[in-house]
Amino acid sequence: MKAQKIRTGIAEVVGIIVMIVVLAPFLLVVLNSAKTSGDIVISPISFPENWGQMFTNLSNVINNQSFNYWSSFFSSLFITAVSLILLTLFSSMAAWVLVRNKTKWSNFIFMLFVSAMVIPFQVVMLPLLSTFRETSNFLGIQMLQSYKGIIFAYMGFGGSMSVFILHGFVKGIPYELEEAAWIDGCSPEGTFFRIIFPLLKPVQVTVLILNGIWIWNDYLLPSLMLGLNGRIKTLPVAVSSFVGSYVKQWDLILSAALLAMIPIVILFLFAQKQIIQGMVDGAIK
Amino acid sequence: MNKQLKKTISLAAMALGAASMVIALILDFMRSDVSYRGGLLIVGAVLLIAGVYLLPTRKHRSIINVLFLFPLIFAFAVTVLIPFACGIFYSLTDWNGIKFNNFVGLGNYITMFKSKDYVYSFVVTFIFTVINMLSVNLVAFGLALLCTSKVKGRNLYRAAYFLPNLIGGIVLGYVWQFIFNKVFTSVIAGSVSMLTDPNLAIAAILIVSTWQYAGYIMMIYVTGLQSVPKDVLEASNVDGANQIMTLLKIKVPMIANTFTVCIFLTLVNSFKQFDLNLAITNGAPSRILGGKPVQSTEFLALNIYNTAIGKNQYALGQTKAVVFFIILAVVSLTQVTISKKKEVEM
Repeated sequence: MKAQKIRTGIAEVVGIIVMIVVLAPFLLVVLNSAKTSGDIVISPISFPENWGQMFTNLSNVINNQSFNYWSSFFSSLFITAVSLILLTLFSSMAAWVLVRNKTKWSNFIFMLFVSAMVIPFQVVMLPLLSTFRETSNFLGIQMLQSYKGIIFAYMGFGGSMSVFILHGFVKGIPYELEEAAWIDGCSPEGTFFRIIFPLLKPVQVTVLILNGIWIWNDYLLPSLMLGLNGRIKTLPVAVSSFVGSYVKQWDLILSAALLAMIPIVILFLFAQKQIIQGMVDGAIK
Repeated sequence: MNKQLKKTISLAAMALGAASMVIALILDFMRSDVSYRGGLLIVGAVLLIAGVYLLPTRKHRSIINVLFLFPLIFAFAVTVLIPFACGIFYSLTDWNGIKFNNFVGLGNYITMFKSKDYVYSFVVTFIFTVINMLSVNLVAFGLALLCTSKVKGRNLYRAAYFLPNLIGGIVLGYVWQFIFNKVFTSVIAGSVSMLTDPNLAIAAILIVSTWQYAGYIMMIYVTGLQSVPKDVLEASNVDGANQIMTLLKIKVPMIANTFTVCIFLTLVNSFKQFDLNLAITNGAPSRILGGKPVQSTEFLALNIYNTAIGKNQYALGQTKAVVFFIILAVVSLTQVTISKKKEVEM
């Protein structure tokens, strides 16, 4: 019994130490965003002398022209939210059709989605840029440096995984439910929106979280499609272009990093369980 | 009556939609610059779709099927399938990002494998991928055992360990650049930053990558460990197996599938590492190799990006990306084969 106690004690100490190590970088960001750039160089690990400095730093960063916090925050929010809504809606619709029609074609399309999950972004990014540029010039629909272009791209890139996850779930919904609705005179689109769509909720949460974290943090796609100094910037792009123009000004860079982290940390505090569950489910499927 | 009205509306919408799309396309082909041609095309397409939707017919179900599939497949085709096919073709030409003049066959592939920086980047990425896979999985499995034991506050630990994974690699990369350059050098007085030495800089990326990723993989292991049935564990306890025996002979074999998932997930993600690489070192410092400087910490993803966007060698960058894809495809196929085999055994 005593050995058991000692073992638990050791485990506890290890757990706490690891937790401190894991959280230390976040602590350092908070501490140093409350210092002047001179103080950071002298002692980056001490507690700040004057916490009020944090407000000076943060307001400097928020009002900075190349960071433009609120505008990038809302751009990120808008792109993520609209992409997620469309992605969830359209991939649920597609998954339902693909499951309920057992034809050669639906099988083929599903396999296409599944095998496309292997395709890394790098192999499509260069042709994608040129395709979008050509389309913009030819059709007069602005695809680069515009919200609709990047949201459209996220629909394409998020689609295969979302369909894959939803496909497995729709299979488990008994077809009798749909037959009953159909006999009662419900149209196919009514059956989908009134019966199937609400039943998909648990797995849609997984799709939302997986895609949401990815889209919110994504850097490469927005940096290529929106440009580093374009009209629209997402938060990661804004941080990156800010760092580019204020090299080594750590007080400002760390304040910018803090501002970029806060939204997702707050979200995590409120929806911890769902986020962890969603991301793990997505990996296992 | 109602049906008749619906049919009329439907036909009108379809006709109007088709007409405006045709006008927009005519304007496009005449190379006209009028700004409303894009809007006209979109409105036309929406009208056409609405018309088809409203059409009262016996084949309504088939129409719904097509309409439901269309948005996602259209986006998927335009953003993934077409660029993918173009990309493979462009890797065989002298494409400059806008157009190509000549078909060069495998010329790009030969140039690529002859260039030292690429071969170096290839080797470094492989080394990084393997070490990172091992370190992430070891740390993650250890932490998973900790978080499934009877330790107090294990839910808090899980949340804390998971947190770094939620923040983007770009932001974390800059924070860690600060830690390596300012904090470590100040804590160990007089030391130079790890990021100035080629080997230590790779170690630095490994540290950050393990720090960021282990919490996520840990949660997958936790889910696996919790799925081991309680009665099996009790049985082994009754039979007198100690904790280490239980772990090695019961838990590990029972979650073999989780191991496969985690190992391949880390392999693929380490191989694709870009954000941290860009934000922490951006390829620096350089290292002299055969009398020529090469970027010592430039992994393949960053190498592709720098070749195409930085040096404007689009065809070469695209060629590197195709090889990148082939390697990832082989890894994924291996995973599928292994999992299938396991399923048969079970």
